[in-house]
Amino acid sequence: MSHETAVEGTNYLNNGYSLRSWFLTTDHKRIAILYLFTIVLFFFVGGSFAVLMRLELMSPQGTLVQAETYNKLFTMHGIVMIFFFLIPSIPAVLGNFLIPMMVGARDLAFPRLNLLSWYVFVAGASVTLFALVTGGLDTGWTFYTPFSTSYSNTRVVPAMVGIFITGFSSILTGLNFIVTVHKMRAPGLTWFRLPLFVWSLYATSLVMVLATPVLAITVAMVAFERATGIGIFNPAIGGDPLLFQHLFWFYSHPAVYIMILPAMGVVSEVIATFSRKEVFGYRFVAAASLAIAVYGFLVWGHHMFVSGQSVYAGLVFSILSYLVAIPSAVKVFNWTATLYKGQIWFQTPLLYAFGFIGLFTIGGLTGLFLAAMAVDVHLTDTYFIVAHFHYIMVGGAVMGFMAGIHYWWPKITGRLYPEGWAKFSALVLFVGFNLTFFPQFLLGYLGMPRRYYHYPPEFQVLNVLSTAGASILGVGYLIPLIYLLWSLKRGKVAGANPWGATTLEWQTASPPITQNFPTTPVVTSGSYEFPALEEVHSE
Amino acid sequence: MSFPHWRKSTVSDHAHPTPVAHQFDDREQQTEVGRLGMWLFLATEILFFGGLFTAYLVMRWKWPEAFAVANSKMDVTLGAINTAVLLTSSLTMALGVRAAQLGRGKGSFALIIATMVFGLAFLGIKAVEYARKFQEGLFPGPGFVFEGATGRQVETFFSLYFMMTGLHALHMVVGIGILTVIAAMIRRGRFSPDYYAPVEISGLYWHFVDIIWIFLFPLLYLIHPHL
Repeated sequence: MSHETAVEGTNYLNNGYSLRSWFLTTDHKRIAILYLFTIVLFFFVGGSFAVLMRLELMSPQGTLVQAETYNKLFTMHGIVMIFFFLIPSIPAVLGNFLIPMMVGARDLAFPRLNLLSWYVFVAGASVTLFALVTGGLDTGWTFYTPFSTSYSNTRVVPAMVGIFITGFSSILTGLNFIVTVHKMRAPGLTWFRLPLFVWSLYATSLVMVLATPVLAITVAMVAFERATGIGIFNPAIGGDPLLFQHLFWFYSHPAVYIMILPAMGVVSEVIATFSRKEVFGYRFVAAASLAIAVYGFLVWGHHMFVSGQSVYAGLVFSILSYLVAIPSAVKVFNWTATLYKGQIWFQTPLLYAFGFIGLFTIGGLTGLFLAAMAVDVHLTDTYFIVAHFHYIMVGGAVMGFMAGIHYWWPKITGRLYPEGWAKFSALVLFVGFNLTFFPQFLLGYLGMPRRYYHYPPEFQVLNVLSTAGASILGVGYLIPLIYLLWSLKRGKVAGANPWGATTLEWQTASPPITQNFPTTPVVTSGSYEFPALEEVHSE
Repeated sequence: MSFPHWRKSTVSDHAHPTPVAHQFDDREQQTEVGRLGMWLFLATEILFFGGLFTAYLVMRWKWPEAFAVANSKMDVTLGAINTAVLLTSSLTMALGVRAAQLGRGKGSFALIIATMVFGLAFLGIKAVEYARKFQEGLFPGPGFVFEGATGRQVETFFSLYFMMTGLHALHMVVGIGILTVIAAMIRRGRFSPDYYAPVEISGLYWHFVDIIWIFLFPLLYLIHPHL
C-alpha cells in the first residue's frame, strides 16, 4: 500500500489550521476530535476524584479528607464519569467520526446541529463544573429527593441546570445519528448490510432521544422545587419522593445501555476484523441491540426494590430484568462463535475486546443476582452494586472505548500506535481493573455499604487490595495517553486499511479527506465479506 | 473552512434555485431528512412534557380534593378562548402550508402572519391570566396564600400549572420566532411548489405545540365539573 499519499495528501486534518477552522467546523470528523479532547479531559478529572476516594478508603477511620468532602468526591466522580465521559464517549467521538463513513455519506444529516451539540455539551459541562468548584454537590449522582431538594447544603440548582443543558447535547447527537442512518446510506447499503457498529449506535440513539428528555424535565423539577419550595417530591408537604426515583431511573437505567451498546458495537467490528470472519448470526446480533434498547425502557424499577414500591411492580421489573440477559447473551455467544475457527490476529483492539467479553459477562451475571428481589435486599447499596456496575461501565464500556480508539486510531490519525506498549497497557488495565473491583464484590457481600466514609477494621485488607488495584489501573490509563500522543508524530504511517477490514471507512484514505470518499461508494455486499487470506498478508 | 457550501441543485428548473446542502445528493433527500428530524424532535418533546404530565397525574391521584379546589380558581372562560385562538392558529398554519405548496406566495405569507398574530394573542391572554394569579397570591413560593387544610397541595397544583403552561408558552415563543424566519423567507421568494419543506416542517412543530395545549386545557381547567 502507498505510504506517501496516506498522510501527505489533503485530508480533514490538514484542511485548515486556524482556530476558526476547528471551532466553527461542521465536519463530523473534526467535531469528533473536539469531543475526544473534551471527554478525555473529563475522564482524568473524574478519575482524580476516584483516586482521592480510594486513598481515603485505605484506612478504616478515614484520614485524608473530611466526611463532607468524601460525599462530594463520590458525587462528582459519578456525575463527571457518567454525564461527561461515558454517555458521550463512544457515540460522540467514534460514532461521530464513523457513522457517516460507515454509511458512505459525506457528513451527518445535520452538520451544524452536530457542532451545536458540542457547544451545548461544553456549556452544560461548564455550568456543572462551576457548581462543583463553587461548593460541590453531595447528593450522589442520583440526586435523590427530598435530600437534594430540601436538605443538602450544596450547589444543587447550578448542578441541575448543567445536567439539564448537557442532556440536549445527547438528544441532538442521537437525533442526528438516527436520521443519518435512515436517510444517508450509500446506494446498495441496505439495513442488513450495515456494520454492526451502526446498528448498535442506532439503538443507542433511540434511547438517547426517548430517555434523555425525561431526565431533563426531572432535574428541572428538582431545581424548581429546591428554588421555590414547591412540593412535588417533598413528602412533608404531600409530595412523592418515589415519583422522583421513577422519573430518574426511567432515564438512568436506559442510560446504562447508552453506555454499553456502543461498546458492543465496537466489539462486533473488532472481532469480525481480527478473526477475519463474518459475525456469526449477524441479524441476531443486530436485532439484539434493538431488543436491549427496548427492554432497557422496561426495567427501571429494579433500582427501587427496597424503596417501598409495590411488591407486584417489583416482581414484574425483576422478570423483565432477567429478560435483558437474553439479547446480551446472544451477543456474547455470537462473538464467541465468530472467533471459532477464525484466523485470529492478536492485536491490541482484540485484546480489549476479549477483556470486554470477560468483564461484561461477570458484570452481567452479577446483575442477575441483583435482579432477584430477595438477594437484592441483602446487596442493595453495598459495594456489591459498586463492583457490579463498574464491571459493566469500566470493564465493559471503557474497555470497548479503548478497543475502539486503538482500532480506529490509524483511520483517525493516519498513524499506527506502538503495538508492544499498547498490548502491555491492555494487560496492565485488565489486571488493575480486576484487582480494584473484584475485592469490592466480596466487600459488598460481606455487608460493607457504599458511600460510607468509615468502615469496620475487618474490611481493611480488601479495601487496601482495591486501592492497590486502582493505582495499577491509573498507570494503565496513563500509558496509552502518552503513547497515543507520541504516535501522532512518530507512529508508523498506517495506510488506508492496516487491519484488512471490510467496512466502508477502511476503503478510503487514512486520515480521510474532508468529503470522506472521492466518489459516493456503491455497496454490493454485506459488511463482513473477507477476501481470501493470501491477498492481505502479502505485505 | 468547512461550512456547508451551498450549491444549486442539478435538477433545479424553476425560477428560484433551491439550496441543497453539501451532504445531500438532491433536494428530495434534504426534504426527507428535515421531515424525519422534526418528527424525532417531536418524539423527544413528548417525553419532555411527559415527565410533567406524569408528575401531574401522580399528584392528582394523591390529592384529588385539593386539585378540585385549586381548579375552581382557574378562569375557564379565558382558557376556553385561548383554546379557540390556538386551534384557529393551527388552521391558518395548515392553510399557509397548503398555499406554499401551491406556490401562492402572498397567500402563504398572509396566513403565516395570521398564525403568528393568533399565537401572540394566545400569549397575551396567558399573560393576563398569569398576572391575575399573581395578584390573587396563587403563585407558588413564599407569597402563596391559600386558606384551608390542603393549602400546600393547592400550591403544588399551581406549581404544576405554572411549569406546564410556562413550558408550553416557551414553546409558543420559539414557534413565533421560527415563523418570523419563515415569513421573511416567503417574502424573499425562497419557496416554490417544488420546495416548501421549511414551511411544512415548521407547521409540524406548530401543530405539536397546539396539541400539547389540547391536553393541558382539560387537565388544568376542567377538573371541577367532572369530579
